[in-house]
Amino acid sequence: MKRQPIDTYVARLDAEVRTAVHDNSAAGTEKRHDVIWADYDDPDRLRRTAGAIKQHTLENLDTYLPEVEKRLQENGTHVHWASDGDTANQAVLDILGKAGLKKLVKAKSMVSEETGLGEFLGENGIECVETDLGEFIVQIDGDHPSHIVKPIIHKNRRQIATSFERAGLGDYNDDPEVITRRARVHMRRQYLEAGAGLTGANFLVAESGRIVVVTNEGNSRFCLAPSRVHIAMVGIEKIIPRERDLSLFLNLLGRSATGQRLTVYTEFISGPRGQGQPDGPEEMHVILLDNRRSEVLASNCREILRCIRCGACLNVCPVYRQASGHAYRSVYPGPVGAVLSPLLSGEFRERADLPKASSLCGACNEVCPVDIPIPDLLLRLRDRAKVEGIPSPGVPPMGAWAVLATQPLVWRSALVAGRMINIVPRSLIPVPAFQAWQGKKDLPTWRGGKFRSWMKQRRERKEKN
Amino acid sequence: MSGDREEILKRVGEALAPLPERSPYPHYDTDLTVTFKDGSVDPWVRFKSMFAAVNGRVFESVSELGHWLLESGHTHGCCDPDLVDRLRTAFPEGLAMETGFDRARIDDYAFGITRARGAIAESGTLVLDDRTTWQRLAALAPWVHVAVLSRSDLWRDIPTAVDNLDDDPNVIWVTGPSKTADVEGILIEGVHGPGEQVCLLID
Repeated sequence: MKRQPIDTYVARLDAEVRTAVHDNSAAGTEKRHDVIWADYDDPDRLRRTAGAIKQHTLENLDTYLPEVEKRLQENGTHVHWASDGDTANQAVLDILGKAGLKKLVKAKSMVSEETGLGEFLGENGIECVETDLGEFIVQIDGDHPSHIVKPIIHKNRRQIATSFERAGLGDYNDDPEVITRRARVHMRRQYLEAGAGLTGANFLVAESGRIVVVTNEGNSRFCLAPSRVHIAMVGIEKIIPRERDLSLFLNLLGRSATGQRLTVYTEFISGPRGQGQPDGPEEMHVILLDNRRSEVLASNCREILRCIRCGACLNVCPVYRQASGHAYRSVYPGPVGAVLSPLLSGEFRERADLPKASSLCGACNEVCPVDIPIPDLLLRLRDRAKVEGIPSPGVPPMGAWAVLATQPLVWRSALVAGRMINIVPRSLIPVPAFQAWQGKKDLPTWRGGKFRSWMKQRRERKEKN
Repeated sequence: MSGDREEILKRVGEALAPLPERSPYPHYDTDLTVTFKDGSVDPWVRFKSMFAAVNGRVFESVSELGHWLLESGHTHGCCDPDLVDRLRTAFPEGLAMETGFDRARIDDYAFGITRARGAIAESGTLVLDDRTTWQRLAALAPWVHVAVLSRSDLWRDIPTAVDNLDDDPNVIWVTGPSKTADVEGILIEGVHGPGEQVCLLID
């Protein structure tokens, strides 16, 4: 049988890594479940409401975008628009150039992964330092994050200790506490030196132009406090209409992402630092990025733009748990990535296998804080691949089945012939897989054709009455 | 870039034009999210238990705080100039405080004392903003951050705290010490910011 591309990644995955990814994801799902059901009788009401708010916002982006621009500008923030990743990266470079800065500290931001910001700045003589511990380790390893919230879920402490030693952060020591302390010492020098801090935004409120950034480590706060310039790179789908919606989204985000009622640091930023405040940026820039989001908006998969990047669908997904993030060959892994990556990468043909790497079990939809019908969207993308004539990898041989299922006469004869299985001794069936299985279990008696005869009788009865 | 603005708005407009109707904004009560509804529980009791649940420490007496700082070896720090006299008189001998924050000596401050704008009972959260924090780094860089909270500044739940977001350009909610679980899912506190988050209640 031809294998799906994702299978080749699974096959290459180190057993230890697979266990780590599996256990860590499963623990995340459990924590989320415990917290959300302990606190709410009907969490689905919250999820559905949040989904409806996001859907409303997306379907009215043509009014919300100019509104948010106006509010941001009133708050003293510079607004930049970028239709693609290159333009967004260039905007960052220009801002740094004008400010005369050569170094940027960066909080975790999926969207800057998407645009390849770090690499671009490096090529242009700007040092760009990832400050989230996991992202920092990814950076010194020249690796890629494998989870939206837990970027180094695929690494163990020994690998990390080796990376730290190689990066000159002290002798080999794999105690997580020591690793974290060394990062603390290293990172505060970076914060003080940089002059500019870059963040993403978890939410951008249309009504007030406030951006909301959440972290547990406090690194986004530290990226801003000693810096002169704050740049926020924000996808156009991050808008929520009103301030009052924040309670709903913040309560859902923390619980869905890490099983916390609230993430430790929730920062609400509406412009440069306040009067009399000695720390914090003197100028603030927001880059509104499209990068094919408007294409997704035009497609029949626009619901995926509701996503608030909590990672709950990754944690719960039986495919992600086995495959880990790199198997998705794109910035966004897991179920959300299987929808988003083919659409956002501009390489639908190359990523068209991802929507097929799913059993459509529906768990991703059940945990989604904005109730995205991910399985439906996967089906729509499978359909699109079929319509576009993209060859399907890894489908089991279905030729014989197709013959049976399309010809009623053949089907009926097969059902009758199937009764042979009740007569032939099991040990004579020459299929190795069946032989291996049948030592432990037995087949139920073949009852082929029962459903058809039941339907037939039912119809006859109906006609009589 | 300027051309990009028109381009993006055009694309968004074209994407939405074929929709027969647009989804409405759903009507809902923000009460939907509130997990603290028991009117018989004192909000301060709730705050203290939630703050403790995220490994925060509450002190209700300045001298107790001082002794804890001393005993845990945090003998030198920085403090909001508006608070320093009041605290100094109640602190034990052996604690030194500066009323400035010198970036060049960022690791010299074992503790930083700043005022809090308020707190949220429901979640055990401290609310800091630019107006009440004399210096952002003092609340972030030292190992111990002491947020001085006035007893009149407690909000009952998260929607109330959201309603009270004002025109301060930087408001930050702090729910426990800085933490990570990036290395093998093991919880470590004090990654970049405070390893100890303290709340001092004053009248």
